[in-house]
Amino acid sequence: MKPSPFGYSRPASVDEALSTLAAHGSNAKVLAGGQSLLPILSMRLAAPHHLVDINRLTELDYVRLDASTVRVGALARHARVLADTAARVAQPLLAQALRLVAHATIRNRGTTVGSIVHADPSGEMTAVLALLGGSVRVASKSAHRDVPADEFFLGALESAVAPGELALEASFPVLGPRSGTAFVEVSRRQGDYAVCGVGALVELDGDGALSSARTAYLSVSATPLVLDVSEAGEDFAAAAALAHEQVDPEADIHATADYRRHLAGVLTERALRAAHAGAVERSAHG
Amino acid sequence: MTTKMFGEPIARVEDDRLVRGHGAYLDDLGHDALAAAFVRSPHAHAEVLDIDVTGALEVEGLLAIYTYEDLPDRLAEPLPLLIPHPSLTHGRTQYALARDVVNHVGEPIVMVVARDRYLAEDAAERIIVSYRPLPAVVGIDAARAAEHLVHPDVPGNVAANMMQRVGDVDAALRNAPHVLELDLSIERSASTPMEGRGVLARWDPESHRLRLWTSTQTSTGVRAAVAAKLGLALVDVDVITPDVGGGFGVKIMHPWPEEVLVPWSAQLLGQPVKFVEDRREHFISSAHERAQQHHVRVGFDDEGQLLGLDVRFWHDHGAYIPYGLIVPIITSTQLVGPYKPGAYRVEFDSLYTNTVIVTPYRGAGRPQGVFVMERTMDAIAAELGLDRTVVRERNFIRPDEMPYDHGLVFQDGRPLIYDSGDYPTSLEKLKKLVGWDDFAAVRDAARAEGRRVGIGLACYVEGTGVGPYEGGHVVVEPSGKVKVATGLTSQGQGHQTVFAQIVADELGVPMADIEVVTGDTRRFGYAVGTFASRAAVMSGSAIHLAARAAREKALKVAADALEADPDDLEIVDGIVRVVGVPGAEISLGTVAVLSNPLRYAFDDAAKAATQFAVGDTGKPPVPEDEEPGIEGRDYFSPMQSTFASGMHAVVVETDPDTAEIKILRYCVVHDCGLLINPRIVEGQIHGGVAQGVGGALYERMAYDEAGQLQNASFMDFLMPYVSEVPERIEIDHLETPSPLNPLGIKGAGEAGVIPGAAAFAAAIEDAEGFPITAMPISPSELFELRRLHSKGLST
Repeated sequence: MKPSPFGYSRPASVDEALSTLAAHGSNAKVLAGGQSLLPILSMRLAAPHHLVDINRLTELDYVRLDASTVRVGALARHARVLADTAARVAQPLLAQALRLVAHATIRNRGTTVGSIVHADPSGEMTAVLALLGGSVRVASKSAHRDVPADEFFLGALESAVAPGELALEASFPVLGPRSGTAFVEVSRRQGDYAVCGVGALVELDGDGALSSARTAYLSVSATPLVLDVSEAGEDFAAAAALAHEQVDPEADIHATADYRRHLAGVLTERALRAAHAGAVERSAHG
Repeated sequence: MTTKMFGEPIARVEDDRLVRGHGAYLDDLGHDALAAAFVRSPHAHAEVLDIDVTGALEVEGLLAIYTYEDLPDRLAEPLPLLIPHPSLTHGRTQYALARDVVNHVGEPIVMVVARDRYLAEDAAERIIVSYRPLPAVVGIDAARAAEHLVHPDVPGNVAANMMQRVGDVDAALRNAPHVLELDLSIERSASTPMEGRGVLARWDPESHRLRLWTSTQTSTGVRAAVAAKLGLALVDVDVITPDVGGGFGVKIMHPWPEEVLVPWSAQLLGQPVKFVEDRREHFISSAHERAQQHHVRVGFDDEGQLLGLDVRFWHDHGAYIPYGLIVPIITSTQLVGPYKPGAYRVEFDSLYTNTVIVTPYRGAGRPQGVFVMERTMDAIAAELGLDRTVVRERNFIRPDEMPYDHGLVFQDGRPLIYDSGDYPTSLEKLKKLVGWDDFAAVRDAARAEGRRVGIGLACYVEGTGVGPYEGGHVVVEPSGKVKVATGLTSQGQGHQTVFAQIVADELGVPMADIEVVTGDTRRFGYAVGTFASRAAVMSGSAIHLAARAAREKALKVAADALEADPDDLEIVDGIVRVVGVPGAEISLGTVAVLSNPLRYAFDDAAKAATQFAVGDTGKPPVPEDEEPGIEGRDYFSPMQSTFASGMHAVVVETDPDTAEIKILRYCVVHDCGLLINPRIVEGQIHGGVAQGVGGALYERMAYDEAGQLQNASFMDFLMPYVSEVPERIEIDHLETPSPLNPLGIKGAGEAGVIPGAAAFAAAIEDAEGFPITAMPISPSELFELRRLHSKGLST
């Protein structure tokens, strides 16, 4: 379990990083927290010729908040995002999901943007970005572009970040008034990838009636699945039935497909109930 | 007065060093060594057609590539069958490097030695092995069907068929008022210590000596095997066990291919060579355990009294069987637990499969046997509508029936005779501890709230302290410090602490003045190893006897010096003194000096022992039949094992929607005879219970049909984290002294894991209301079982 030989650079600026990435093209991989990349290298499941270590790009280590968006820089560790009180207030789903991301030691090192770019369909933050309709700012030597979540995840472990590009920032819309969120999952052990996980976003109208309900799913599809279950209204059991119908998970050594589908239903109901309670409470305070 | 150390819950003396990171494990040694890596089979079963190393030759830093064809003499023979048995009619073991067939994924084929492990892996990756895949036999069903054979000359994939019986079980079942049949199974798990295997060899051509460090549970076993394989004299081979990051059984297996290949290549290359197993290698090339299928027929009367028990089982031992039949023999004999089974017949087949070998893992066949017996007890209770504890109580061997001879032959080839134990009292204690009699109300109340809770219990008896022997050596240095050595190894048990406690009591010296060395053939050459919960019983007793001999010698020498009777002397805090005569005393260090008549003084203290200072000129300086020095060496070799016992109860809650299984309480009553150190015993129980949780709810080796292990990493092999084991393990002790050793102790190392699967199955069954017949069980499996039984239950 030792990596194959690889080249290594540790650029001091974003410009230098982009030049290095441009020079190496598809032979290069970006190293941020290394929580997924290093095991893959050690098991020789991948053998990039060159690693571009962005850990000196401290200008990307930020969590920023404006009226509409929480913006997380490429070097912000999960732990930092989780601990950011302002971000948690502005978009509670971030912390609700982040506390379920692996373990403290991994959150101390792993980056939120890194886990999104890794595009693991079991990753909580991919589902959060998809559910909230966020976006990722991607840069190359020649251009910057913002990729919306529904265009960002191309397949399992495949994102829209092209060779020569660096993801600079992920943006998450702040939570609206009269809205609530929740994230629930079932994992085999605390901190493991979820057997199934569900994030929920519920919005109420001015009269306090449910106007919109969306759910996002972990570990049931190759890319984050987002469902609009608004039609079920406050009948969360009906919403669960909708989800149960629409997910099409696969079996693996930890769970049968039927169990996953069953969980998708159960957790949809639990997540919607909690998100709805949050929305009601927020409306009362708003 | 010095406090008696035996029985004191003192903190482990080794921990300060280990938790500060000052331990020295195998990979902390030999920074100058070359590194070995292996090309391992990617196929479960294949013919090796060709090995092309051309591509690897360009790798800079490459030193050597070895294949089977390079192996000389005895290294080219199959590795030893360590424990032969008359029933083991078709024993097969592997070659150190595969000859022409590979029989499991992970079997080593080519050894590469390079300047470091990175380069060795680079070279290994470039070696092209051509295979002709053969059909793989995976799992007990495939092995029994024998549509394909693992070894063409082993019919039916059966290495051994063995039967033991007591009484006429057929007649007993024919005449029994009730007969039940059960099919029960347990899946594979493994020891998975934090540190994998590892070996470092230094060959000194000038002195023609080999020094070998290996992460093992038996340094003397490795020494004998390596000396034999390399054609060296035993005295020319030193095997040293450094700090070992856990064993749990897998490291009693020896010699591993790497343990003979690494010293051989160090000899050839004239440079130190090191192999450190990585995690993936550990999963696919070390050893697993547990997989068995049982068919039980049990006959009993209206009271639940056993009349006859007929057990037929199938044991999956993997591709080879180097460790013999130990695991299934233990299952077949320890299955009976604390009960009188009536007529008993047990028969097993030990089967080859194209998977990693099976050797003992903590518990060593007992968790399976206990699962079978305890599931049977619960089935009887359910059939008769009796409380589960009542059925057990009615079948217990009573204390006044001890020693109790089962009429079976145990794993050590000796009769299965329980020496002591008090099962009714243990059960009483457990019922009280867990609140058994009040639980029905708890369960009903939970049900009323829409929650499902259940309770289960399981009892076991464990033969510990198996022979043949261990030894101990105790020497008092002129400084007064005491050096203790025993040959068996340590891998986290706390031997430094408990052996020092034993010596401290005997020699009257402070704990801080005692150093204990284990697993170093330079210090003690005769030993068996650390397994079967035997170290405290065997080495503890031997060290006790050795310390007693040293004490007698010290009192004799001190009596001469103090002109007193040895019977009037005591040793307190390292000082020998005449009881009741203040000032009449001499330090143990001085006694050590005086015991060694000197010609040459090396310091002031030594002057006292030189030839013009001491001695009756009418006698030889060293009296006839005596030796210089305050030393004791003794051995302990009991007639048979001593039998510890225990009972666990667990309360679980199962989520009606997600089928997740939560542990609410875990209670243990444990009897390992007299406790040397209750804190260490409790630590052993905690660790064992954690592994029991793993075996019941999380761990399995997920082989696919082709024999690929799909979860060969800690990401997918689910060893429980601290968050998955009970927050509190409630423990009560019972101390039934063993009559078989001078300390009255029994082994405690494995106990905690043994009844885990049985107790969890019972508790889940109690919560759910349908039978649980296979372990481990995951939420997904519980969900599927609920669907199967959904007619009787609504979620």
